[in-house]
Order: sequence, then C-alpha cells, then structure tokens
Amino acid sequence: MEKQQNILVTQDLTIGYTSKNEVTTIAKNINITLQSGMLVALVGGNGIGKSTLLRTLTGIQKPVSGSVLLNQKSISHFKRNELSQQLSVVLTEKLPPSNLSVFELVALGRQPYTNWIGSLSNEDSEKIKQAMLLTQIEHLAEKKHYEISDGQLQKVLIARALAQDTPLIILDEPTTHLDLQHKVSLFKLLKKLTVETQKCILFSTHDVDLAIQLSDEMILMTPEFLAQETPCNHIEKGNFSRLFEDDSIVFDPEKGKFIVT
Amino acid sequence: MNPSRKNSFLFLALGFFLVFLFLLNLSFGSVTIPIKAVFASLSGGEVSKSTWEYIVLNYRLPKAITAVLVGMGLSVSGLLMQTLFRNPLAGPYVLGLSSGASLGVAFVILGAGFLPVFLHDIILSSYGIVLAATFGSTLVLLLVILVSQRLRDTMAILIVGLMFGSFTSAIVGVLTFFSTAEQLQKFTFWSMGNLGSLSWTAISILSACVLIGLLLSLASVKSLNTLLLGENYAKSLGLNLAKVRLLIIFATGILAGSITAFAGPIAFIGLAVPHIAKLFFQTSNHAVLFWSTLLMGAAILLLCDLLSQWPSDTALPINAVTSIVGAPVVIWLLIRKRNYH
Repeated sequence: MEKQQNILVTQDLTIGYTSKNEVTTIAKNINITLQSGMLVALVGGNGIGKSTLLRTLTGIQKPVSGSVLLNQKSISHFKRNELSQQLSVVLTEKLPPSNLSVFELVALGRQPYTNWIGSLSNEDSEKIKQAMLLTQIEHLAEKKHYEISDGQLQKVLIARALAQDTPLIILDEPTTHLDLQHKVSLFKLLKKLTVETQKCILFSTHDVDLAIQLSDEMILMTPEFLAQETPCNHIEKGNFSRLFEDDSIVFDPEKGKFIVT
Repeated sequence: MNPSRKNSFLFLALGFFLVFLFLLNLSFGSVTIPIKAVFASLSGGEVSKSTWEYIVLNYRLPKAITAVLVGMGLSVSGLLMQTLFRNPLAGPYVLGLSSGASLGVAFVILGAGFLPVFLHDIILSSYGIVLAATFGSTLVLLLVILVSQRLRDTMAILIVGLMFGSFTSAIVGVLTFFSTAEQLQKFTFWSMGNLGSLSWTAISILSACVLIGLLLSLASVKSLNTLLLGENYAKSLGLNLAKVRLLIIFATGILAGSITAFAGPIAFIGLAVPHIAKLFFQTSNHAVLFWSTLLMGAAILLLCDLLSQWPSDTALPINAVTSIVGAPVVIWLLIRKRNYH
C-alpha cells in the first residue's frame, strides 16, 4: 500500500458566520486530517453545521478563526483555477434545465484544464473515459442527464468530479433520495474509488449505520464535541450514543445501529 | 448518424438556406426582380433595367444586411441570457432590455426639446441614439441582475423584466405628452421596428457593434458551458463568476442596445431563436449553439422580412411580423417544454 499523505488539515478551526460585526459560532476546536486513499464520512444531526463545515473546507465560506490547509497551503491563498485542480465537489442542488448529455456533463469536469473555448485534448478524453469506466456509466454516455434515474445521476456527478482529477473529492449528502440498494452501491463505489485512485473522499450523510460499515473514518459532529476516529473506535468510546439529544434513540454497539426504545 | 456528422450536415443546410433567403430578399418586394438581375447587380455586371440595379444596391442590399445583423445579434444575446439566468424564457425583449433601449431613445428623441439647441445635432445623430439605446439597455440589464441576486427564484426575474417594461413605457408615455407631433412621429416609426432605413454609415456602425458583441459572446462560450451546471458547480470549477457575469452583461447590452437603436425594438427573435436552435441541434454545448443560433437568427429574420413584404404595395412593420410568428412559437415551445427540460 502506498504511503498515506495528508491532503487536508484543519488547525483549531472555528466555523460560523460573520455579519455586521456579529459573529455566530457554529462549531469550534475542529482539528481534522484527511489522508489520501481514505473514505471519510461526516455525520451529525440536522442543523449541527455539517454544511457549514463542508462550505468552509471547500473555501466557499471563510473560517471565523483557525485555518484550513490543503497540501500545506492555506485554502484562501489558492487561485480559483489552482483550487479547482485540488478539490472537486458533488452538491445536493439540482442541475439547471439543459440538454447536457451524460458525456458532456462528465466532460465539464475537465474545464480547469481546457483552453479558452473548452476543446478536449487527448489527455482530457482519456480522463473522461477513465472516470466513466470507474463509475460504470459508459452505457449512459449519449443519454440526456434528465433521462436517467437519481441513482445514475449521482454516479454521473461523481464521474464529473473524478474527471476533474483532484486529490480530494467532497460530497454533500450523496445518498439522499436513494433507496437502500442504491445507497449501498453508492457507498461501495466511493470505497472502491478511494482504493483504486488513492483519492481522499469526504462525504456527509445521515446513513450512519451504512457509514459505520463502509467508511474508513468518521467525523462525528455533536453539540458538545467533534471527533474523527475509525468507526470501531467511535463505537468503543460510545460516541454514537451522544449523536442525538433524544434519549429514546439508543445506539446498540453489538448490532452497530440505532434502536428506538 | 453520429452527432458531429449530423451537426456538419445541419450547418451546411443552414448555410445554404441562409444564402437562399438572402437572395430571395433581394429579389422580392414591391417590384419583383429576377434572380439573374440580382446576381448581375451584385457582381457589377450588365443589368437589363437600371432601376433594378438601383433598387438592389441602394435599398434591398442594405436592408438584407441589416436583417442578418439584427437576427444574429438578438438571437445570440437571447442565448446568453437564457444560460446566465438559467431561464428558458429570458431574452432581450422579455427582460426589458428593449424597453430600456426605448427609454434611452425616447429621452433623446422626445426629450430633445428640454436640451439646449446646439446639442440637438450631436444627440439626434446616429451615434447619440446608439449611445442612448446601449446605455438604456445596459442599465436595465444591470438592474435586472441586481434584483435577481436578491431573488433566488428565476421566474421572479421575468416578472421584474415585465415590470421594467411597463415602467419604461409609462415614462415614454409621459414624455410623449410633452413632445411635438413631429418628434412623436419619429419615435413611433422607430418603435415599430424598421430594417430598411439604414444608411451605409449606420450599417457600418451597427456591424462594428454587433461584431464586438459577438466576439465577446464567443469569448464566453466556455464559461456559458460551465454555467450549465449551476453557479456553485461553476465556482468549484474555477469560474470567476463576477467577471463572467459582467462580460455577458456587456455583450448582451451592446448587442441588444445597438440593434434596438438602429432597427427599433424587435420582439421574440431573441427569445425564440435559441430554442429553435436547441431543438434542431439537440445540444447544450455553446460552441455549437453559438454558431447555430447565429445562422438561424439571420435566416429567421430574413424570413420575417420576406413575410413583411407580403402586401405588395407596402411593407408591414417588422415588429408585427416577428410577434405574429414568434408568439405562437413560444407557446408551442412551452407546451413541449418537457422535451428539453
């Protein structure tokens, strides 16, 4: 196995909003490390600040204090185009109406590398082909993006991020709207990608039990603390039972899932 | 057929159709001139009737060239706006750009009475009117952008455009109240749209403006493709959104502004043509859509101009024809909207 590299590191990061001299802190003392070849799940209840953390890690939002280092360089010091070659995203928002085919959609991932009119070089075509092979969507290439199912579209969006060829991919709740079978296949796909491409993949999710089984590490966000551990360590330390404030939801360490009492 | 071969075929067909319509435009009108004589006049050869040569070179050729420029410019500016606003119903007319240009021109033509006499010649010259129209349409576009950033709903943008339209027409109404009959007549003729009254000087100014606008549009092709993913994805791909927005606003402002200044407000071309191009070429790639919209815009406006010559002794206002042809097209498009989401 290749030596693992630190791709993204946060140092005493505090996230929140600043408006008119008023600072709203959402979470503080965030120290996480994202390494190559790792599948990392970000879990936490609604409104706990997962989206804010992801926005801060992708550089869309400024941290209140502390720093986000991407390859040892502060994320705010990256030029737009440099950053787009380091970090790609899969968002929850719907795509605007268009006639984009699946191939064209994946090809847009090459935008940071193409010339002024966006024509694809041989290398670009090769990366697009690879991305579509890895996600097994070659047979959809000529379909329009609105003609495919939600599960397929999610794979296409992941292929687009792969084509962008970045060491780090961040996904915001990629499994919402999917049934169990598609959720599992998507998790497995993400796992496979981290193994085969040595990229680091960070994703937020509400499917905690699936994440326990398939991710390498989990970042747990609760009102009191934020912890990054392997799923087993989280279970041993009893962290999951502190995930929700409702006492009727109990984590069963034996079964590795939540039970309603 | 694979897409690229299908596209080459479509482009070739479109090119021929365009040339055909251009020649028809030179041939038909109040007097029908045989195609042979049209060719002879264009190539400087012997023409059996000297009036034919005069009509072709001094009346119909400038009009056909104007139609091509106006069709290209309005259609491309519509394409740009539909992508920028992520709204299939956006276009220079619907978003109030044409009314903005009208307001600018109305201030110049109708409001000239309020200005010192020595300024009249400068302001009422072609340059003055072009500047006023470009200024008016760019101003409205900036306002629409400003409002649209506060409203996330893309439908609301259309309503804002409509509001700007009624607001400007109300101001124009107030201005007409204070203007002379002569000024009013000039403005009314302008507002009905006219492709035929441009001098060669005016045509060269219009060509320059349209060329600049089209070059800027061509330069934003890649960014427009990125914007198909939505603004957040576009940002994650390294797009400088503020810069691109400004570039597109400027391009559409100069296209819609200069065209409206010279040819009057022409409805529906900017809205309908990009959709027709998308239907034919079945793509969202702006590198293809740019050229297809360009050619189709020219062809469709030439066609509308031919239709406006129908009553043989006089010509219908072009704006009426584009509306009669365009409005049903838009309704039809909305009904089959599911086909291109």
